[in-house]
Amino acid sequence: MKIAVCVSNVPDTATKIKISAGGKEIDKTGVSFIVNPYDEFAIEEAVKTKEKFGGETVVISVGDDSNKEIMRKALAMGIDSGLLLKADGTLDSDGVATLLADEIKDGGYDIVFMGKQSVDFDTSMVGQLTATKAGLNCITVCVSLTIDNNSVTAEREIEGGREVVKSGLPVVITAQKGLNDPRYPNLKGIMDAKRKNWKRKP
Amino acid sequence: MSKLIIAVIEQRDGKIKKSSLEVVSKAAVIAQQLSYETLAIIPAATVEESEKIAQYGIGRIVTLSNSAFSNYSPSGYTKAVAEFAKEKGAEVLLFSNTAMGKDLAPRVAPLLGAGIASDCTSLEAQNGELVAVRPVFAGKAFQKVKVNSSVKVFTLRPNVFPLVENQTTANVENVNIDSPDLTTTVSEIKRAEGKLDVAEADIIVSGGRGLKESGNFHLVEELASVLGAAVGASRAVVDAGWRPHGEQVGQTGKTVTPSLYVACGISGAIQHLAGMASSKYIVAINKDKDAPIFTIADYGIVGDVFEILPVLKDEIKKVTSN
Ligand SMILES: Cc1cc2nc3c(=O)[nH]c(=O)nc-3n(C[C@H](O)[C@H](O)[C@H](O)COP(=O)(O)OP(=O)(O)OC[C@H]3O[C@@H](n4cnc5c(N)ncnc54)[C@H](O)[C@@H]3O)c2cc1C
Repeated sequence: MKIAVCVSNVPDTATKIKISAGGKEIDKTGVSFIVNPYDEFAIEEAVKTKEKFGGETVVISVGDDSNKEIMRKALAMGIDSGLLLKADGTLDSDGVATLLADEIKDGGYDIVFMGKQSVDFDTSMVGQLTATKAGLNCITVCVSLTIDNNSVTAEREIEGGREVVKSGLPVVITAQKGLNDPRYPNLKGIMDAKRKNWKRKP
Repeated sequence: MSKLIIAVIEQRDGKIKKSSLEVVSKAAVIAQQLSYETLAIIPAATVEESEKIAQYGIGRIVTLSNSAFSNYSPSGYTKAVAEFAKEKGAEVLLFSNTAMGKDLAPRVAPLLGAGIASDCTSLEAQNGELVAVRPVFAGKAFQKVKVNSSVKVFTLRPNVFPLVENQTTANVENVNIDSPDLTTTVSEIKRAEGKLDVAEADIIVSGGRGLKESGNFHLVEELASVLGAAVGASRAVVDAGWRPHGEQVGQTGKTVTPSLYVACGISGAIQHLAGMASSKYIVAINKDKDAPIFTIADYGIVGDVFEILPVLKDEIKKVTSN
């Protein structure tokens, strides 16, 4: 099974947000960046899926070299390799989804995990936009997931309960808290991460 | 031909959601300001009371019906809505930012070549153009968004936009969806038993670590019960396993905008505020007068939850039973 997990880096949630001159971005000086909290559930699910079904896992991030830091955490948690999709400046959800869809469309992925929402711009859209642009199925805000042959059954959180959703592969799954308990990278994982393969496009 | 704005309506068990009527109200107001025509569409198996929509200013109501649409189908609703909107040449689509609208709108938008702004807390016509405002960084900042594509999609945060009564004549039409795309479907809905969800409640009573242990949460539940409120929780007590995650309010829980939010023994960490700061009235009970929750509370009680909650419950019971 070919498994991807897409991660974004976001300001640490305790950060005071300052708006930069021009008013279109935040002032990044002194801000520390972390893996988007929901992406940790996505990473864990990707690692678990490979442990169960075999295959390969790749962590994909759109951005610049500073994203490597957070991608390294995914590698330390057990993802096999990294792919950085280079983009200059700040992209909106549609821009990020366009780059991800271009990669995923012809990449032969069976399943793509993402967080349900990135806690910077909070749009909750990148999973659905990417899946639609790439022609994949998609189930969002998942709190449980079962993969069986070529189909998936997931439970997604809705107001007052859960929906049980069925779909086929390939599929984009967006993770909600409760999907699993993300592991902490151990020392061996952290050491191994340094030797793992990196690619960068373009 | 005049331009068209479509309000996409959500039904559950055939009943139209209040948040969809908020969307209808906004669509009707914008239509008047910018001289658009309006249409409300409802993907469904069957709908009751669709005429209710006409009460809020949209008379042309179209159900996109198929027996498989009794539950939400991400793929099915997407294709039905996108094809209908394309055929009618819609220029603006409005959805509610509910679990369904959040899932559906970003699937429909790319099929229409539309840009999309989600979770908007304001949408106004300014100089003939629509300008949206949406919270970012967990509500620590706001972003003003203009969608530049010719077709535009917006999702509106529930409970923020007012219902605007504007009775018009209902004209309900049905379009059969003959070949729905059922590659992704909902097979079952599991309801949290008999509980009101914080995301939909008009009143919420939330408890935090100040309750000391899970066994004391009955104090919060009893106050909630006399108020007809949902029970909410801070992350600290969810992480401690006292309360289920579905009750968590905040950045990694639910965003709520009730008329009344009562915070009991909650410090008011920024991540908690992110989920409830836009509530209409906030009441905080905390024994620490410097607790940050008081900075956003409309009414504050500095005191011990173990003394105050029982008294508050009894007093409210007296008032409501009279
Ligand atoms: C990435 C991230 C995401 C987070 N997401 C969320 C989220 O979604 N929701 C959330 O709530 N938190 C979230 N948090 C956690 C948040 O930072 C706080 O730790 C949490 O909200 C604290 O919960 P609390 O107010 O119940 O507990 P505390 O901060 O311990 O506050 C307890 C309060 O009770 C008061 N108190 C104690 N005894 C009494 C008494 N007898 N009577 C009256 N008052 C009393 C105290 O004065 C104190 O103010 C997140 C944190 C991070 C890092």
